[in-house]
Amino acid sequence: MEAKAADFKYVYDRPKSLVDVPTHYCPGCGHGIVHKILAEVIDELGIRDDTIVVAPVGCSVLLYNYIDVDGCEAAHGRAPAVATGLKRVHKDKVVISYQGDGDLLAIGTGEAIHAANRGENFTTIFMNNAIYGMTGGQMAPTTMENQVTKTTPYGRDTADVGFPIRGCELVNTLEAPVFIERCAVYDVKHVLKTKRAIKKGLQNQIEGKGYSFIEVLSMCPTNWGISPVKSAEWVKEVMEPYYKLGNFRDL
Amino acid sequence: MSDQILMKGNEAVGEAAIIAGCRHYFAYPITPQNEIPAYMAKRLPEVGGTFLQAESELAAINMVFGASAAGARAMTSSSSPGISLKQEGISYIAGAELPCVIVDMMRGGPGLGNIAGSQSDYFQATRGGGNGDYRVLVIAPASVQELADMTVKAFDLADHYSIPVMILGDGFLGQMSEPFTLPEPSGKTFDKPWALTGAKGRKPNIIASMRLTPEDLLEKHNLELQKTYQEIEANEVMYESYLLDDAEYVIVAYGTSARISRSAIGELRKEGIKVGLFRPLTLWPYPYKELKAVSDRAKKVLTVEMSLGQMVEDVRLAVQNDSKVDFYGRTGGMLPVSEEIIRKVRSYGG
Ligand SMILES: Cc1ncc(C[n+]2csc(CCOP(=O)(O)OP(=O)(O)O)c2C)c(N)n1
Ligand code: SF4
Repeated sequence: MEAKAADFKYVYDRPKSLVDVPTHYCPGCGHGIVHKILAEVIDELGIRDDTIVVAPVGCSVLLYNYIDVDGCEAAHGRAPAVATGLKRVHKDKVVISYQGDGDLLAIGTGEAIHAANRGENFTTIFMNNAIYGMTGGQMAPTTMENQVTKTTPYGRDTADVGFPIRGCELVNTLEAPVFIERCAVYDVKHVLKTKRAIKKGLQNQIEGKGYSFIEVLSMCPTNWGISPVKSAEWVKEVMEPYYKLGNFRDL
Repeated sequence: MSDQILMKGNEAVGEAAIIAGCRHYFAYPITPQNEIPAYMAKRLPEVGGTFLQAESELAAINMVFGASAAGARAMTSSSSPGISLKQEGISYIAGAELPCVIVDMMRGGPGLGNIAGSQSDYFQATRGGGNGDYRVLVIAPASVQELADMTVKAFDLADHYSIPVMILGDGFLGQMSEPFTLPEPSGKTFDKPWALTGAKGRKPNIIASMRLTPEDLLEKHNLELQKTYQEIEANEVMYESYLLDDAEYVIVAYGTSARISRSAIGELRKEGIKVGLFRPLTLWPYPYKELKAVSDRAKKVLTVEMSLGQMVEDVRLAVQNDSKVDFYGRTGGMLPVSEEIIRKVRSYGG
């Protein structure tokens, strides 16, 4: 029997705010998933015309080519300062600072902590993939103990270079932030949770509540040197026990 | 509005920025320019503006990047070590073709140096400490009046060419009180269709210095920047001539050094020595042609600086006759001494 278009219910389409171009991300990379979530949330909140994204230096440097909203570059680690400048001018716009772990917790720790501490009314999406993706797999501040990277060829030695930094817990020591949550995107259930958190972060901003911080445990199969499927498992089995998922604050 | 008021140079810069319509100012404290953030912290809220003390100069310049990308007139100020930290941001601002005003009240270096006025960051200002083929328009006022007037002009130049403009002063100038007349707003307005305002009814705007694609090659982008720079070189050179018509000897100096040179020239003229002052007001673009014409008629060209010889390199480029060029400078926050200048110029006649 031949199926007619009318027999099908339209259940899924590409989010309008996601530009219809191929991304440069590797198969199994978490950035693409979170971009799509972000575009969906922008559509659902109807804020495409009012949103400005700040792209970091890192693999997601071209974020502004994929989300159909105004976009701004920031030097490595400086996205929170750039977002501060944007938001202080356009108090009525939705400003999103999207950052990797090297960007946010190494070179840009100062900017990240102080924007959060001021309670800037923008939303941070913090992509923790435990490695420097863009530069070819060096140690990140979030690299796991004993994890092998280009610059920890014998595994991360915590006696030498310290322990992986927990972003949410760090931000949670500050008074000002109104929303802090750690999520993951290794399966559908967690993708949906991440979407809810990002939506909440943006809603808080729209309501003028203040600073929201959403950390996403993400996959970098290319630089971890394992398959996309194995990468999803690695987040769950190795990262998640150290980086506990869940909400830290929801005021 | 021609009533004279008394203010420190640093405060005059702050008030002039507000007159120019600047409502977003971001900075980190450093002597000898602390009067600027203090003034802005008080004044900006009164006019509905934003003063924000940043966590570092890195953050401050990147806040300026964001505010400028949003379409606002934005300013930051600092002094030498802080300007070093801002270089990354200045390079990005230049690459992204954003307008902004940066004030540098130079102090003694290298390193932490000291907090006295200095001119040892001429290279940093005019050659740029950031990476890439870019330029910053640099204006070097020599009085509180000029600091105020040039601050208003700096915003217009920045918006007109979409480039960073630097007001280059020094600690003496910033902290000196002088009567001056508040400048008038220029009344000029600038369309910023590129600004990030939310993409309502249009395609998204993107502000970036990165150029990766074949259609948008970095070389092409840089050549376009170069065209802007050539336009600036052709149209925006500013300098002052003082007693140069009959001058056999020319002193070249800017800012505080020019003030001291001027008083030395007064003494020398009393002795009948034909000496005058050539004072560049823009350090980039540098008045090469104009200085060349003046120096062709002169026997000797003495450069006076509060550094061990930085602007003198531009003077040599202008004069194109090294045997004519002499130099006198003090360093480490010390002022040139008028008697030294006088002795030098006298010696040329002998
Ligand atoms: C000032 C500066 N230092 C270093 C670099 C090189 N660099 C580019 S991206 C990057 C690390 C990115 O890692 P991360 O923030 O974790 O993002 P990811 O690529 O993993 O998404 C580095 C070191 C740079 N562009 N600028
Ligand atoms: S290198 Fe890693 S982070 Fe970068 S695109 Fe590939 S998978 Fe994603």
